[in-house]
Amino acid sequence: MIKLDSKIPEGPIADKWINHKFNMKLVNPANKRKFDIIVVGTGLAGASAAASLGALGYNVKTFTYHDSGRRAHSIAAQGGINAAKNYQNDGDSVYRLFYDTVKGGDFRAREANVYRLAEVSNNIIDQCVAQGVPFAREYGGLLDNRSFGGAQVSRTFYARGQTGQQLLLGAISALNMQVGKGSVELLTRKEMLELVVIDGHAKGIICRDLVTGAIEKFSAHAVILATGGYSNVFFLSTNAMNCNATAAWRAHKKGAAFANPCYTQIHPTCLPLHGENQSKLTLMSESLRNDGRIWVPKKVGETRKPNDIPEDERDYYLERKYPSFGNLSPRDISSRSAKEVCDEGRGVNGEEAVYLDFADAINRLGKNVIEEKYGNLFEIYETITGENPYQVPMKIYPAPHYTMGGVWVDYNLESTIPGLFVLGEANFSDHGANRLGASALMQGLADGYFVAPYTVSNYLASEKPDKYDVDHTEFNNAQKEIDDNIKKLLSINGNKTVDEFHKKLGRIMWNKVGMGRNEKGLKESIEEIKELRNDFWRNVKLVGVDNDINQTLERAGRVADYLELGELMAVDALHRNESCGGHFREEYQTAEGEALRNDKDYAFVSAWEFEDVGKWQLHKEPLEFENVKLATRSYK
Amino acid sequence: MSSENLNLTLMIWRQESPKAVGSFEEFKVSVSPEASILEMLDELNDKLEREGKIPVAFESDCREGICGTCGLVINGHPHSKIPKIATCQLHMRNFEDGETLYIEPFRAKAFPVLKDLIVDRSGMDKILQAGGYISINTGGVPDANEIPISKETSSLAMDAAECIGCGACVAACKNASAMLFVGAKVSQYALLPQGQPERHQRVQKMVAVMDEMGFGSCTNTYACEAECPKGISITNIARMNRDFISAEFKTEEVET
Repeated sequence: MIKLDSKIPEGPIADKWINHKFNMKLVNPANKRKFDIIVVGTGLAGASAAASLGALGYNVKTFTYHDSGRRAHSIAAQGGINAAKNYQNDGDSVYRLFYDTVKGGDFRAREANVYRLAEVSNNIIDQCVAQGVPFAREYGGLLDNRSFGGAQVSRTFYARGQTGQQLLLGAISALNMQVGKGSVELLTRKEMLELVVIDGHAKGIICRDLVTGAIEKFSAHAVILATGGYSNVFFLSTNAMNCNATAAWRAHKKGAAFANPCYTQIHPTCLPLHGENQSKLTLMSESLRNDGRIWVPKKVGETRKPNDIPEDERDYYLERKYPSFGNLSPRDISSRSAKEVCDEGRGVNGEEAVYLDFADAINRLGKNVIEEKYGNLFEIYETITGENPYQVPMKIYPAPHYTMGGVWVDYNLESTIPGLFVLGEANFSDHGANRLGASALMQGLADGYFVAPYTVSNYLASEKPDKYDVDHTEFNNAQKEIDDNIKKLLSINGNKTVDEFHKKLGRIMWNKVGMGRNEKGLKESIEEIKELRNDFWRNVKLVGVDNDINQTLERAGRVADYLELGELMAVDALHRNESCGGHFREEYQTAEGEALRNDKDYAFVSAWEFEDVGKWQLHKEPLEFENVKLATRSYK
Repeated sequence: MSSENLNLTLMIWRQESPKAVGSFEEFKVSVSPEASILEMLDELNDKLEREGKIPVAFESDCREGICGTCGLVINGHPHSKIPKIATCQLHMRNFEDGETLYIEPFRAKAFPVLKDLIVDRSGMDKILQAGGYISINTGGVPDANEIPISKETSSLAMDAAECIGCGACVAACKNASAMLFVGAKVSQYALLPQGQPERHQRVQKMVAVMDEMGFGSCTNTYACEAECPKGISITNIARMNRDFISAEFKTEEVET
């Protein structure tokens, strides 16, 4: 049985990381090259970790299922990255960023981790600028900032509407430099399918080569997963087509506890659904809420065009309900409010959509200013919808976007399997029950550039440089499991496609484990998922062979894992009898319909230990708030 | 869905492996004008799988035009005839009922076909690994506001940095040249103060590997700029050429 030890260092919050860095063990430069580290994933967290560890002198092997490291989905992040620079002289500080993040996460994050995140945020901006990341600048040549939801200061750095792209290309450039020097080996088109654990420690991974189908074994002294989140369990989400939970889930099944799976973020500003064959949902950056005003008609059954609806017949519901934060209210609150007005029948044309209107901003600032700030986002919108947002308001609706839950890690970002570190969105550590905008990029790079290089070294300092051979029994056992699994998938030859199962699962998750959850729906969803999983293993139809490019086989393995993870999300949501952040239980709300937290009974992290498919044991990590006082979150 | 489905004939390139002989296969589809072209292929593949046939292999990921994974040649145009969009952003409302679409992989000597519409573009990464970076390690860098950079310079660097690395420029070029791709990266760093210390070595190293990977030369046809989904300007090639020539005079030794 696993035992949770968060390993939070002693001392005042502002000194914890400083002291811990001094207390951690080091590996001397001559010994570093004797250690092999595997990094899975080349997004912000993975690329920055691999580059930093390679630069320190370790032998790093980094893996991606893409054809190039740069394809990782961090590339699609639009809006920006937070840092406590206080360049705007508007009252920001490390402490305020820490405070905002803990509050924004609805008091369900670990204080010590969040403080460290805020603390290293400034280093990230320095690092990126030094790499040549072309952040937006003011006329005087200094860096520009904008505001994001859940904050009253301007602390978000950005590169047009492509901040994720520029930060990732920066991290990838650092990675490419190490690849060029030979300290990092980049292995593309390889998908991790199994973690190898020997004597309780993570010692390697097994991959499938996506071109040849070969199953390949890799041994190392430590393994880092930076494999992103699991929003694609909903089928339709803002995640890329290939984003999946397989690496994290297989590690979970090998003994890594999975924390807070029910904390999912439904992003308020995405394009509404257009039809049955839709493959994904597209995000419109939250930064649009700096200047766009969100509204719906006041009356049910409104049929007039938006520009014909007079001002006094519009309901700017976020400005009305949350006057201090208005259109920049946090994501969970904004999304739920949109659902609320649409449930009342006041959505655009009675459908699931609300207006995001720039008319006021264009009148006030001029079209040129708006174009400079959001031009590419407006172009994306027009390409997809065929409508011009300079003339008619955008139509938006919430969509699954980010998962705060993930593999449980301690303060060192180490999972319950020693030697297995988990970074970025794949872990659960920093955002509590709700992530604030522009904090995902910050966390990915904080973990990779400034945390893992220290904590992984500390782990390796106690390891022997001898390495396990890939012919060790545990490697062979893990390989056999994969072989058997693939054989089974290819032999079922049923009558339903992989996508059909994925879409069905997505509908269950969206309807019953989505923006609003209740006991009855959650119980039903658990049964429905179990049934769907059984159906999958009896009736799924795959074509093709294993020793070739077989994208259906790739998807089948991922969907098989979602069919287990989806159940755990529902189990976690059912067990958490409170509403907090992205987890809204309809039974637990205030008279005004706000989330009702229960700090007495639920101020803890739920860490689930895998026992068997559909069977978990719950472990609780109590959350202590010594610096930010537990309070009802208010944005009014 | 408001509008009626379109009936289309698809001629799709099928090729089992890099060495196999490929050919076009014909499919008839009925598709919603609201769907994207990749969603149309998803639907086609779902149908093929139900019939026990091998689906068409093609790559895509973000489906928002930023990751650079997708890349099909549609009726002779890399990505599409519509300027400044990636394949995934092409919606079927841009086609007429009854039309025939030819769908092919990006074709270039440096991009061998792996299967159907999937090609190997790893040569582009090799160029970046040779010098597409500023040689700094993590930590020990100056404060981000220590070096002011004019809004104009920063904006020009960003114009170049917007490249998504899809390879459409190579596929569009009759010489299969990667000079727009390489020029964009060279320009980004050449424009910024942080890129100055290695400015000349960088361009030499990158150009050397570009040639080694089998990419062709630029003969100024502007096809790359016309087909680039991000509208990367050909002035980036001119900037790279200037730097490359001046590097010949300024560096004593070329490391490759």
